[in-house]
Amino acid sequence: MLKKRGFLFELNKNKIMFAMLIPTVLFFLINSYFPMVGIYYAFTSYDFAGGLFGSPFVGLANFKFLYQSGVLWKLTINTIGYNLVFIVLGNALAIAVAILISEVRGKLFKKLTQSIMFLPYFMSFVLLSVLAYNMFNFESGFVNQLLKSMGFAAVDIYNTPWLWPILITLFYIWKNLGYSMVIYLASIMGISDEYYEAAKIDGANILQRIRHITIPMLKPTFVILLLFALGSIMKGQFDLFYQLVGNNGLLYNVTDIIDTYVYRSLKVNFDIGMATAAGLYQSLFGFVLIMSVNAIIKKINEDYALF
Amino acid sequence: MKDNHAGMSLSFKIISYIIISILSLTCLFPFLLMISGSLTSNESIIRDGFHLIPQVFSLEGYNMVFTFPDQLIKAYSVTIFVTAIGTVTGLFFITMAGFVLQRKDFKYRNQFSFFIYFTTLFGGGLVPWYIMITNYFNLGDTYAVLILPGLMTPFLIILMKNFIKSAVPDELFESAKIDGANDFRIYRSIVLKLSMPGIATVGLFLALSYWNDWFLSSLFINDSSKYQLQYYLYNMINTMLFVSQMSSGTGVTLAQEIPTESTKMAMALVVTGPIVFLYPFIQRYFVKGLTVGAVKG
Repeated sequence: MLKKRGFLFELNKNKIMFAMLIPTVLFFLINSYFPMVGIYYAFTSYDFAGGLFGSPFVGLANFKFLYQSGVLWKLTINTIGYNLVFIVLGNALAIAVAILISEVRGKLFKKLTQSIMFLPYFMSFVLLSVLAYNMFNFESGFVNQLLKSMGFAAVDIYNTPWLWPILITLFYIWKNLGYSMVIYLASIMGISDEYYEAAKIDGANILQRIRHITIPMLKPTFVILLLFALGSIMKGQFDLFYQLVGNNGLLYNVTDIIDTYVYRSLKVNFDIGMATAAGLYQSLFGFVLIMSVNAIIKKINEDYALF
Repeated sequence: MKDNHAGMSLSFKIISYIIISILSLTCLFPFLLMISGSLTSNESIIRDGFHLIPQVFSLEGYNMVFTFPDQLIKAYSVTIFVTAIGTVTGLFFITMAGFVLQRKDFKYRNQFSFFIYFTTLFGGGLVPWYIMITNYFNLGDTYAVLILPGLMTPFLIILMKNFIKSAVPDELFESAKIDGANDFRIYRSIVLKLSMPGIATVGLFLALSYWNDWFLSSLFINDSSKYQLQYYLYNMINTMLFVSQMSSGTGVTLAQEIPTESTKMAMALVVTGPIVFLYPFIQRYFVKGLTVGAVKG
């Protein structure tokens, strides 16, 4: 009772601030919390006449199908696999490039290269698919032109599944390198010069300075980015995968992630029950994952915990 | 010993210059290929492929794009309209939320923050959301559906909150309160003015996501006069692909009349143009924003 009065008291005292939160609360309530009711679709065989609660209840049949057909396993492996590669390579490269750029002295050169590397981040994924097509298509793609001019046979890249994990990773890095590099560069700029001066006086060379000052000082930034990335490890870069691969069924085995599967089930097959089930699996798995990671982090170092 | 170190520093510097130059060129390369492609005659692209320098110079791609500009202009206006309304409205809501959530005298700030943050941990997924919008709110084929879902994200609210926290000292709120200003007044005349760089950053994030969006069109829009620019491009590319495949498959010489390849490139450039021109001016706000907001977590 006391608590309730406390809330009403607060509400009265800060009514303007509460009012200022209304749009945000409504937005997340409608956009994020309402759809959670629809999780029920995952347990139905959806039909249009029935709607949410009129469709026949089928229990776990949708999940059973996803599991038994092997789809679930493949999607999980692909989704987590790609994300792990993105996290490891993406961060390692971003740190390396940030360190290199921080060592360069020319101001104009620094600004120019930083701008160029950040540029792909601003481009839409539709454009990305156009660029990929210019590079890789069989008849006129740049790569095949190059191969032919060097006397090799052209490769039908869009029909060669094993190449795609590499290409998707390359495009991911191309698009995101500038973004994470800027974050790391900012952290490097925040390191006090005194450390470097002291190390210089002590006779440390440049590699030693990087190894013993810069890299340890980047750790907090790295951990924060890592945790955020781990939190969404079950989510994919839907735009990236869909725009690069599209509806090219030949490549699904190595490029299908949960997000693309759900999108296709919805748009192409209109399999509501199945698509919801896959989405729910993604959501739950991701939730359990981030809770466990957070619990572990909390044990190791409370400061880094997400919540 | 000292010379040795200096030499090492110098060679490290040279290597840095080389690697960074190569990386920058790699980042730039696909764009150059596209620009060159848009200036090449279609025949040459099909015969010689894409090159960095047009083999046979031609403006036929641009000609094609601007011969029937109605659809393009329509898509442009839709995107500009959606971006403008969405960014302004989103900014208004996000700054208000950021302001309230960083106020230390707002007792329930942690509960509200968690209410927002939780949506990144767990959700209903794409399908229930899709059905809610189409079947329960009947927002298919409306401009509202292109604007509303993108108004805010938890990330932008947290970013804004951190910005305001670092830009406006707490004492300022207290003294404004003593002077009799209400919270909305404080927000309007103090917070908005002092956190302008943060507002610019969040606004640019919002504007960029509206401008580059194709997903909402692909899910909810059937009426082609309401396509966003990116989705219009996406559709055009697929149509061109279809036309050229048809003609190579059936021998019908449709593709010779429509310069599919160079048109695609020209269209991609026309659609991307505004961002490339604005990029030098807006880029530093992103850098600034990421520096203040993201590093602090």
